[in-house]
Amino acid sequence: MKDMTTDKTTKPEKNDSKNVIDNVTGNEYKYGFTTDIDTDIIPRGLNEDVVRFISAKKGEPEWLLEFRLKAFRHWLTLTPPEWAHLDIPEIDFQAISYYAAPKVKENPKSLDEVDPELLDTFSKLGISLDEQKKLTGVAVDAVMDSVSVKTTHRDKLAELGVIFCSISEAVKDYPELVQKYLGKVVPYTDNFYAALNSAVFSDGSFVYIPKGVRCPMELSTYFRINAAGTGQFERTLIVADDDAYVSYLEGCTAPMRDENQLHAAIVEIIVEDRAEVKYSTVQNWYAGDKQGRGGVYNFVTKRGLCRGDHSKLSWTQVETGSAITWKYPSCVLSGEGAVGEFYSVAVTNNYQQADTGTKMIHLGSNTRSTIVSKGISAGHSQNSYRGLVKVAPKANGCRNYTQCDSLLLSSTCGAHTFPYIDVLNDTAVVEHEATTSKISEDQIFYCNQRGIPTEEAVGLIVNGYAKEVMNKLPMEFAVEAQKLLQITLEGSVG
Amino acid sequence: MSTPVNSLTQYIELYTTHKADINANSAPALNALRPQALSQLTDTALPHTDTEGYERTSIAEMFAPDFGVNIMRMNIPVDVAASFRCDVPNISTLLGIVVNDSFHPTATLHNKLHDGVIFGSLCKNATTHSELVAKHYGSLAPLTNPSVALNTLLCQDGVLIYVPKSVKLEKPLQLVNIFSSPAPLAAFRRILVVLEDDAEARLLICDHAQDNEQQYLASQVIEVIMGRNSIFDLYDIEDSSPNTRRHSMLYASQSDGSNLLVNGMTLECGTTRNDYNIQLPGSHAETTLAGMAIASGTQHVDNNSQVTHTGCSSKSNQLFKYVIDDNATGAFEGGILVAPGAQYTEAYQSNRNLLASTGARMHTKPQLEIYNDDVKCSHGATTGQLDGEALFYMRSRGIPESEARTMLMQAFMTDVIDTVRIPGLCERLHYLVDKRFQGGLRQCGSCGSSCHDTKTKQQ
Repeated sequence: MKDMTTDKTTKPEKNDSKNVIDNVTGNEYKYGFTTDIDTDIIPRGLNEDVVRFISAKKGEPEWLLEFRLKAFRHWLTLTPPEWAHLDIPEIDFQAISYYAAPKVKENPKSLDEVDPELLDTFSKLGISLDEQKKLTGVAVDAVMDSVSVKTTHRDKLAELGVIFCSISEAVKDYPELVQKYLGKVVPYTDNFYAALNSAVFSDGSFVYIPKGVRCPMELSTYFRINAAGTGQFERTLIVADDDAYVSYLEGCTAPMRDENQLHAAIVEIIVEDRAEVKYSTVQNWYAGDKQGRGGVYNFVTKRGLCRGDHSKLSWTQVETGSAITWKYPSCVLSGEGAVGEFYSVAVTNNYQQADTGTKMIHLGSNTRSTIVSKGISAGHSQNSYRGLVKVAPKANGCRNYTQCDSLLLSSTCGAHTFPYIDVLNDTAVVEHEATTSKISEDQIFYCNQRGIPTEEAVGLIVNGYAKEVMNKLPMEFAVEAQKLLQITLEGSVG
Repeated sequence: MSTPVNSLTQYIELYTTHKADINANSAPALNALRPQALSQLTDTALPHTDTEGYERTSIAEMFAPDFGVNIMRMNIPVDVAASFRCDVPNISTLLGIVVNDSFHPTATLHNKLHDGVIFGSLCKNATTHSELVAKHYGSLAPLTNPSVALNTLLCQDGVLIYVPKSVKLEKPLQLVNIFSSPAPLAAFRRILVVLEDDAEARLLICDHAQDNEQQYLASQVIEVIMGRNSIFDLYDIEDSSPNTRRHSMLYASQSDGSNLLVNGMTLECGTTRNDYNIQLPGSHAETTLAGMAIASGTQHVDNNSQVTHTGCSSKSNQLFKYVIDDNATGAFEGGILVAPGAQYTEAYQSNRNLLASTGARMHTKPQLEIYNDDVKCSHGATTGQLDGEALFYMRSRGIPESEARTMLMQAFMTDVIDTVRIPGLCERLHYLVDKRFQGGLRQCGSCGSSCHDTKTKQQ
C-alpha cells in the first residue's frame, strides 16, 4: 500500500533480478525521513491534567473523559508486564509527550486545504490520498502522530451505510455506537499498555459495517509517528453487524531516530452473526540501526470478539519493523461455530526483538481456529512465538490447528516458541506443531548452481517459506510485504 | 488457600528449633549445605500458581498441611522385606527398600554388588565415602530453587549409587519407596547417582504407599552425574495412593558420549509434580526422556521438563503421553533450550494427550528456545479423544465399546513403554498399564503388601 506507485511502474522489470537486488540493497529503511510540518505537541509527562487536556482538545463528551480518567487511575496501579521473552529497557513514561498532532486547518474541505507538506509526506509514502490512488479503490484513513488526517472515499461508503472515519469524528457523529462498543473487547483493565492507551488515545479509525453489507472496497489505515519524543496511542474499533463483510488493512512507518519511540495501540473488533472481518497488517515501524540504537517499541493489544454465530475473524500480519514487538492479536470465539484465523510472518534482524503470537479462546461450541506462524530471525535478533489456545469447559466440538515454524539465518540469533494449550473439554481436538531449522545447504547450493547468488537465493527461499501467510494478504499488500521481507533481511547472509 | 509464605515458615521453624537433632541424625556432608539452603529460603516463598512454570501446581499448597517429619529417625516397624515383593518376573534385580526416606538393603544385596559399586544409604555412605558425597551432593540441584533448598534443608538420608570406571552392572538396581506411618508424614529424600567414565547402570524405582488413607508428602531430589560414555537408565514408576503428594526433581548432567534414558510413569497418585532438568554440556550425548500419566478420579499430574543443550552434536528426544479421565487434571510443560555454540543439536519433543471424560482437563505448554542456527528442533502437542472411526471399526467387529476403548488406550501408551530398554520390564509395564485401564490396579500385581487392592489380591 505504501509504495504502490513504484510497484506499479517497476512491475514489468520485476523479473529482472538485478533490479530487485538494487532495489533491495539501495535502501536500508526508506521511510526514515521526517516531515517538517507544524506539530502541536504538549509538554512531556502524564498526569490527570494531560488526560483532561487531550479530551478537551478533542472536544469529547463527558462519558469519554470519565472513561479516560478511570483508565488512567487504573494504569497508575499497574506495572509493565515482564513475562515476555524480551529485554525491554526501562521506559520513562513521564518523558513522553502524549499528544502530537499535525496542525491542520479545521475540517479540510478538499485536498487543497491540507498542508502541502503533509500531502508531500504521504506521496513520498505512496499513500493513496490523491486522485490517482482513488482509482485503485482503496479507502484510506491516514493517522499521523495519532491524529487522523484525511479519510478518502467517505461519501461512496456512506451510500452503503458504511461508516469509516476517525474515531474522534465518530465520537461526535455517532456517539451511541462508539459508546456501545468502545472498551467492550479490550477493557481498560486488560493490561498495562491497554490502560495507558485508554487514558491517552488521541485518535484512530472507526469502522461500522451495517447489516448485510459487503464492503465494496478494502479499507485501509496508515499510521506514522513523525514528531520526536512522542508516543503514538491510536485506537481502532471495527464493528461488523450481521452478515457484513470487510477487509481492513493497516500499515505503519516511523522516521529514523536515535531515541526509542513508544507505540501502544488498541484494536477492537466485534463480529456479529455470520459476519466476516479480515484484518491485515504490514508493520514496518523503524527497527533501529544495525547496532540496535533507536527504533519503535510496539506494544499493541489487538483483540476480536466473534460473538455472532458462524462469524469469522482473520488476522494476517507481516511484522518486519519495530525494535521491540509485543503483540498478540487474539480471537474470542464466543458465537456458535465461529472461526478464528491467525497468519503471521515475523522477521527480525540486527538487534530486533519480537514476542508475538495469538490467543484463541474457544467459548462457543463447534468453534474452529487455525494458527500459522512463521518466524525468521537473523543477525542478533530474538524472535518468539507465544500463543494460547484455550477451550472452555462448555465449548463442545472445538478444533484448533497450530503450526509455528522458525527459520534461523545466523548463529547469533534466537528463535523461541512458547505455546500454552489449555483444554477443559474432552470433545476438543487441539494440535500444535513447531519446527526450528536453518536454510539447508542443499537448497542454497541448488540455487547457486543455477546462477542465483546466495543473497538472492535466501530471499527466494524465505519468500517461499512465508508464502503460506503472504497468500492471505490482499494483492497490493503482498507485493509490498515481499519487498519488505527482502529489505529486512538484507545483509544478513554471508 | 493458605498463603505461600506460611507453608514455608513451618518448615523453617522446624529446622531452627530442631537443628541439632537434624544434624546429629544425618552426616556432615549433608549438613554442610543446610545453612546455605536456609539463607536461600529466607524471604522467599515456595512456587505457587502465580509463579511462571508452576501455573497448574502450587507447590506451596502441596506443602501447606501440617505433616510430621521423622527427624529423630525413629524406626517405623515395617517388615518390608517380608511383606513387600515388588518384583518383576523374568528379570532379577538388586533390590533396596526405602521406608519413607531411610534405606533398608535386602539381606544379600551387599554380596551381590560388584566391587567398588555403592548402592546404599546416602547418610551412611556420606561418612564412609565423605569425599565422594561432598563432591557431588548438591552439585547439580540449585539452591536457588526454593523446593530444592527446602529438600536440602531437611533431607537426612536417601540413596547413593556409585558405579566406578568401566564397570557395567548386569542386573538392574531396584529401589522400592514405601510410605508407612501412623500419622501424616513428609519425607525429604535424596538420590545421588554418580557414574564414572564408561560405567553402565539401570535403576528402577517404584513408589508405593502402605496405607491408602494416610496423608503422605514426598519431596525428592535426584542428582545424576554421568561420566564420559556412561549409560544410565532410570525408570521411575509411581504407584502410590490418592492421598500422596509428591514433588520429584531430577537434575542430570551428561558428559561427552553419555546416554541417559529417563522414563517416568505415573499410574496412581494424588498430586504429583515431576521436574526433569537435564543438562548436556558434553558433545555427542544422547537423552531419551519419556513420561506417561494415567490419571482418574481427582488426581493431578504435572510434568515439567527442561533439556538444555550446551555441548555440540548432542541429541535429545522427549515423549510424554497422558490419558486423563473423570475429573483429573494433567499438565505438561516441556522446554528445549539450545545455547549459543551448541551446534548440530537435534532435539525433539512430543506431547500427546487423551481426554476421556467431560470433567478431564489438560494444560500443555511445550517450549523451544533456540540460540543457534545449525540445529534441528521440533515439538508437537495434541489433545483430543480416541479416534471415533477406530472405535467404530472395532465395534463393528463385535468388540464391546468399553473394551475397544481400553484397547485403544493401551495401544496409545505403547510407544512410551517401548522406550524401556529392559525387555522383561517392558512386558511387565504393558501388563500394569493394561490393568490400570481396566480399573483393577491399585498396586502392582504380585507384591504382597497390605496396600493391595483386595480385588487384585484375589487374582
